Amino acid sequence: MKKYYSFFRLRFQSGLQYRMASLTALTTQFMWGLMECLAFKALWESDITAFPMEYSALVSYIWLRQAFFTLFNTLSTDNDIFNMIVDGGISYELCRPISLYSMWFSRNIGGRLAQATLRSIPVLCVSFLMPSPFQLRLPINLNAFLLFIITMVLGLGVTVAFCMLVYILCFFTISPQGLRMVMTGAVELLSGDLIPLPFIPEPFRSVIELLPFASMINVPFRIYSGDLAGSEMIHAIILQAFWLVVLILIGSLICKNAEKKVVVQGG
Amino acid sequence: MITMENVCKSYKVAKRNAGLKEACKSLFHRETEKIQALSNISFTIQDGEMVGYIGPNGAGKSSTIKILSGILTPDSGTCMINGRIPWKNRIQHVKEIGVVFGQRSQLWWDIPVIDSFELLKDIYSIPTPNYNRKLEELTELLQLQEILKTPTRQLSLGQRMRCEIAASLLHEPKLLFLDEPTIGLDAVSKLAVRDFIKKMNAEHGTTVILTTHDMQDIEALANRVILIGRGKVLLDGTLDDMRRTAQSGENTNASLDQLVADLYQNMNIL
Repeated sequence: MKKYYSFFRLRFQSGLQYRMASLTALTTQFMWGLMECLAFKALWESDITAFPMEYSALVSYIWLRQAFFTLFNTLSTDNDIFNMIVDGGISYELCRPISLYSMWFSRNIGGRLAQATLRSIPVLCVSFLMPSPFQLRLPINLNAFLLFIITMVLGLGVTVAFCMLVYILCFFTISPQGLRMVMTGAVELLSGDLIPLPFIPEPFRSVIELLPFASMINVPFRIYSGDLAGSEMIHAIILQAFWLVVLILIGSLICKNAEKKVVVQGG
Repeated sequence: MITMENVCKSYKVAKRNAGLKEACKSLFHRETEKIQALSNISFTIQDGEMVGYIGPNGAGKSSTIKILSGILTPDSGTCMINGRIPWKNRIQHVKEIGVVFGQRSQLWWDIPVIDSFELLKDIYSIPTPNYNRKLEELTELLQLQEILKTPTRQLSLGQRMRCEIAASLLHEPKLLFLDEPTIGLDAVSKLAVRDFIKKMNAEHGTTVILTTHDMQDIEALANRVILIGRGKVLLDGTLDDMRRTAQSGENTNASLDQLVADLYQNMNIL
């Protein structure tokens, strides 16, 4: 266990090394959030009855997404790992008495948490202080807050387990670019990253909600504002746990297989 | 003890001619060629030996090191290291070996070297007293005091290589594989690295296998030389054996580099 914790810790330290990068990213996150709030406000005002969420719930969703962007981001995942696969640095990784899958898994979670700690606090502070319609509200009750934390952890697990699949599949292709583009494009739409899932029309919505992508940000951010509650929420949480287990199983299985076949080129 | 018997490994290499037309054709149909990197490699190395593994570029040196360290699975043949098959019991095997790939880095780029060392301590579950003792020894022998707190990205190549070697020895491996450890180093660093390897071998009985293109490395370190070319073992003996094979009497004053060049040419393995 200590091994994984150290991986996590080291990645965390690396993440803290670059202050300026965090600062500029922060500005982007904030502007983007504000823009989204305004765009959705225009939609909301044009037809309140057709709007599938409370406007305040949507605003919370947008701010939470910006605050925890790096925690659930699938686009710019741990580039070190891709580089290692491409340039053969993976030789060293395979010389460690530890399974590749668990090593990369903990490293990935560490990196995400490191970036998120630096970025989430300022975004949360500012969004709590925003003027009325654009303000991030407190969670509707304590229960929702606790469930929000639990489902965030599950959602992070599902996200990382999914990214692990992308990494491992890169063993089988020479360049990771193509795979990354397709995968991240799909995730952006299907996870509710681009627009929250309630805005997607039926029957697509019911199908999408069953996919692993819906178990990432969709569940915690909607529980927070009470948009997802009751039996629907319990289903969603069970589905999260299910996908977490399934994705980890598939990932570690393919990883074992890939380790045997890996050919480190050059050198 | 290391035994390798009839180890073979081949790679598939994609080939095509130059030009747009050929490039388009290769979208639908790829022609691959099988390259035999290793064919029937066999040797035995006893505990505590220092072996130089030499051969021209592309001879199969790195492939052999990769097989010995459990990274690469050969097509056929057997390999036993201290009673284990490296690629089958990878995790157990790598606990006992240290590897330095001269052309790659195992240190984390952004953070001070000492942080990378601490990570290795936890990965290999090294008990704290052992770690402290070893770190002290390595720091002194490789003169790391000044550079341990520097981020890896700001080290010079020689400084980095010294740290890489230290990193590979923290867990006190019985076996050390060095794949071109002196590549790109200046004279001072080269000598330091050589002295250090010698000391490790003498004091701890570490078995060392070393690949290099620098014949002085071999002269300084290895009492035994294995020469491979085109994936085959061509010579297994001392440096003197090699001298005798290379020159049949004439030109006794040739430098080591000249000698090896002659040898490669005579054996037609370039």
